[in-house]
Parts: sequence; structure tokens; C-alpha cells
Amino acid sequence: MTAATAVDERLAPASLLRRLLARPELGAVVGAVAVFVFFSIVAPTFLQASSLSTILYSASTIGIMAVPVALLMIGGEFDLSAGVMVTTSALVSSMFSYQMTANVWVGVGVSLLVTLAIGFFNGFMLTRTKLPSFIITLGTFLMLTGLNLGFTKLISGTVSTKSIADMEGFPSARALFASKWEIGSVTLQITVLWWLALVAVATWILLRTRAGNWIFAVGGGADAARAVGVPVVKTRIGLYMGVALCAWISGQHILFSFDVVQSGEGVGNEFLYIIAAVIGGCLMTGGYGSAIGSAVGAFIFGMTSNGIVYAQWNPDWFKFFLGAMLLLATLLNAWVRKRAEASK
Amino acid sequence: MARVRTGVRVVGAVLAAALGASLAGCSSTGGKRAEERAKAAEAGRPAVSTPRWTFAMVTHAGDGDTFWDIVQKGAKEAAAKDNINFVYSHDDQAQQQAQFVQNAIDQKVDGIVVSLAKPEALKDVVQKAVKAGIPVITVNSGSAQSAAYGALTHIGQDETVAGEAVGTELGRRGRKKAVCVLHEQGNVGHEQRCAGAKKTFPGEMENLYVEGTNMPSVQAAVQAKLQADPSIDAILTLGAPFAPTAVKAKDAAGSKAEVDTFDLNESVARDLKSGALGFAVDQQPFLQGYEAIDLLWLYRYNADVLGGGRPVLTGPQIVTAAQAAELEEYIERGSR
Repeated sequence: MTAATAVDERLAPASLLRRLLARPELGAVVGAVAVFVFFSIVAPTFLQASSLSTILYSASTIGIMAVPVALLMIGGEFDLSAGVMVTTSALVSSMFSYQMTANVWVGVGVSLLVTLAIGFFNGFMLTRTKLPSFIITLGTFLMLTGLNLGFTKLISGTVSTKSIADMEGFPSARALFASKWEIGSVTLQITVLWWLALVAVATWILLRTRAGNWIFAVGGGADAARAVGVPVVKTRIGLYMGVALCAWISGQHILFSFDVVQSGEGVGNEFLYIIAAVIGGCLMTGGYGSAIGSAVGAFIFGMTSNGIVYAQWNPDWFKFFLGAMLLLATLLNAWVRKRAEASK
Repeated sequence: MARVRTGVRVVGAVLAAALGASLAGCSSTGGKRAEERAKAAEAGRPAVSTPRWTFAMVTHAGDGDTFWDIVQKGAKEAAAKDNINFVYSHDDQAQQQAQFVQNAIDQKVDGIVVSLAKPEALKDVVQKAVKAGIPVITVNSGSAQSAAYGALTHIGQDETVAGEAVGTELGRRGRKKAVCVLHEQGNVGHEQRCAGAKKTFPGEMENLYVEGTNMPSVQAAVQAKLQADPSIDAILTLGAPFAPTAVKAKDAAGSKAEVDTFDLNESVARDLKSGALGFAVDQQPFLQGYEAIDLLWLYRYNADVLGGGRPVLTGPQIVTAAQAAELEEYIERGSR
């Protein structure tokens, strides 16, 4: 606190290195590079262009959901219903089209509304009851799991949906949600584009808009945020509806990619989204993190889960390797962040 | 809060509008109407005049399992025919499954059908039922323990035998290097299938564990495996929903491998017909449910026992393109 500094130190232009170190995703990037180098050495096929496209696809299916989950975590909340909500969205779309013998686009539209309504319900219940999000979304998770099974059984008579591949509108819907392009030996899935677009939009919202400031403020301290005029209720409901929107995109991808949906799918995937966000630098306590970080986290996950296969390791140890790799990546991430903060 | 309430109303109104719009946006192909047009209603009336006995069926099925749904369908049809009051319960946790069997004993049912996926956990309660004078039939898994626990008979597929049939078939088709895709780590039956296949397969066979509850990751894992080892020329999935995914993975990886699978469903039948799949191994789940109930009825009615102390096998039946066409109708109605 030198009394007479000409420029406020907060406004002084920071060096590029310093600015880089202050980014939440830095640790994740270092972790990703480490994982990448590791598998490049141990797995001979890892570096093939076609292998990388498989990894990208794998990462994108997690990444699409990791983006809104990261935003939600920055806002200080969880969503345990995110995994099954993806399945719900696919089931609603498929069954509505089938039962009504409607053009599949109608089902896709209804599914969007239903999924957004679930997200709204989560946010509304949270802000209304003031219960922790863990409880609210755990309740939603269980209810959706039951509804997915109950409704599918009630409506289709079996536990998976009927095929809607022969219905009108299917080809165009597939083009939007599940198309892919062959570029030489590489297959680019449209989910990768969805993913990148979502990361870009989320980053823009976080860093360039008023809503982004609200999200950080709400996650940093809801009461303080409310005191300075941040619409806390609206922000939280918006965040949950963002999760719902992305669950809808993922759900439609699964439906139009695999044609038939099993009602029991999706359970447990919510943790993958949270893992990706946490590896990517989001704090479990809220107020800190980035959308790009969640993408790097999802990419680490994609590299790890497929790298183990490329490395041809004994499959009995698959889960162990997966867990160990994730833990290491997160530790490295935490260490780098600590170093970065210390250097400030 | 006023804004929030308006939100609810808006969502409601839009939903209603969408329901209305769907009537306009109809699909002239596929859908429920096509199904209804194709299918005549089947009546389920009892064919016998024996007393209305109550039979309980307790399985280790998880929620939303396609396979057990067909078993249950078979049991229900036999129950309707035999004038049986059919009670079904299931839980993938062995402890809870044992509890359900205990409940059936408490209700003094006239017969129990139980699957022994974790035999040790169910040993006590099955013996208790037998002691209480309730006839027990085991289905699907537990052929080795069935008789020892006092069950009348066991109906199911021997997983090792089924695996061996697959290994032989793969060899007959001239395959050299195969991958067995397990979608549930730690499932004993799955391990037995792959081990059986490995035993009789003249080539080389490896296991690949995938996350069964996450389809995109199943696809990525199979794709990764095929890219890692281009010499793989056969992929074996252990459940029908995973076969089309394996085909997708194969196409994406640019591999020439043949995809084969355990169990049937609509898309498997379609893929068999089109040649995208080589063959499917069916253990006829409908038969497992149907026979279990029917045999309990026969035992009550006529003291008949089938199998002579040995398991009654419902599979493996190898289904190829030729049979797929014939079975498609039954697969579609969910009984194959």
C-alpha cells in the first residue's frame, strides 16, 4: 500500500505469464499435456489421427454436459440429476414421436420443453425451499430414474423404446444431432462441434456479459450478491435450465445416434460431468472456474478412458487405471494452481 | 416470485400447444399406428380349471433390464394360461432379493421361481422355502447349486456351454482374432460366456470391459480397441443393445471385423437380416419364464418334474440371417 502510486496496482497491466497463471484451467492444461505425453509413449496407436478422433468424440459426449455443469458449479451448486436427465430427454423425444405417430421433430420439440421444465423445477425448488442442491437434485435424480423406467414400461411395454428410424423427420434430425464427416481417415462427429460451440458461448457469457458476473457473484456469496442487486433466483434457475438445455442436446444425440434408448441408461454419468468440471479447475465451493477448463477436463477423461484401451492393458484393471489417472490429473492441477497463486 | 409463476404458466401453455401441434405434424411412416395395424390383439384366458394358486418370481434383474422383461413376459403368459396369480419382484442386490423370497414364504405362496446369480446369498432362504413345503424352481443362473439347495429343477442356459457354442461358431466362420465385450464388470455369467468362447475358439480372444450405462463410451471403447489392433476380425457383445453400437464402432474405425452378439432384439434382428451382424446366440428368455411357471403348475397339478435332476437348457440357439426373418415378428412383440 504505497500511498502515492500513480497507477492503482489492480489496474497495472500484468505480464502475459502472470495473466496465464491466473487462469483457472491452467492446471488442467498441464494435466492434459501430461496425460497426452504419457499415452503417446505407452500406446503406439494413440497418436493416429483416427484414434484422436475417437478420443475427441468420447470427450465431446462428456464435454457437452461438463460445460453447463461447470457454470452451475461456478454458481455454487450441483446437479446430480444431469446424467439421467439426458436419458429422460431421449426417452421423451422417442416415445412421444412413436406413440403419437408424429414427425420426430415434434418429439424433439416436446422433449426440449419437458427437459427445460425439469431444469426449471430443479432451480425453482432450490431457490424456493433453500434446501441444499445436493438434496433437491438427488430427489430429481431418483424421481427421473423411476419415471424413465416406469413410463417406458407403461408406454412401450418393454424397457427400451421402439425404433423410430423409419419415421418422418428422422434423417434431418439425425443430421443435426448425430451426423459425422469423413475427412481422410478421420471421422469428425457433430458432437465435437456442439461441444466447441457450447464452450465458446459459455466462455463469452462468463467473461463478457452481465449474466457472467452474476454467476461468479452468486457462487462467491449469494447474500452479498443479493445485497448489491444481483438477481440470485433468476441466475440459479437460469443455470439449471442451462444444464437442462445441454442434457437435451446430449439426449437427442444418443437417440439419433443409437436409434433405440434403454430406460436404465445415464445413471452415474452425472459424476463424469462433475469430474470433468473439477479437473478443469472449478472449485467445489463455487465462485471460481471456467468453461474452457471443463472442456480440458472432458478431454483428459476422453484420453484416459480410451488411452487405456489403446495401451492394451489388462482389462481387469481398467477401472483402477481410470481412477488413478483422474486422481493424478486432479492433483497435478491443484499443485499447479497453488504454484500459480503463490507467484502472484 | 411473480416472474417465476408466469414461467410455470408459460411452460404449461407451450406444452399444451406442442401436444396439439403433434396431431398436425404426423408421421406417415412407422410409429405406434403401424405397430397396432400390424398386431392383432392376443387374449389371455386361463386354459385350465385348477385352483387359483399364487406363484412368486424373484429375480436378480436390475431396473430396466430388457432381458428380464422378456422372462417376465413369458412367466405372465404361462400364469394367464394356468390360472395362476403371478407375483413378480426383483432386485440386483442379493440381500434384497433374499428378502423378497422371504416375503414370498411369509405370504405362503404355492410356488417360487428364483434366479441364483449370487447363490450363496440365497442359499438359506431357498432352503427355508423348501422346508416350508413350497416348491422352488431356479431359473437362468445357478444351475450348479439348484439341486443342492432343494429346488425341483433348473431352467436356463449354461453360460459356459453357450460361450463354447459361440467359440465353435466363430471358428467355423474362419475368424482369427476376437474381442469379447463385457458391459458389466464383475458379472460372473459374463465372465463364463467369454471364458467358454475363448476355450473353443481356435484363434485368439481378448476381453474388453466397457461402461454399459453409457452408450457413447461403449462405442468409443470398442472403436479404440479396433484402432489399437487392426488384426481383430470378430467382436462379440454380450447383450443385444450393444450389438448395433459395436457395428457403429466398427464402421467408424474402418474395420472389417464381424460383429456377433448374445441375445436378440429388434435392431439385432434387423442387422442380422441386413448382414451387419454375423449371428446372435439366443438363450430364449421367454422360455425361462414360461417353463418355470408351467412346470410349477405341472408339479402342483400332477407332481411332474422335468430334467431328472439335471438343468433343463433353454439355449444356446444360434440365430443367423435365415432365422432372423422368421423370428422378427416375435422379437417385435417382445417375446423373443
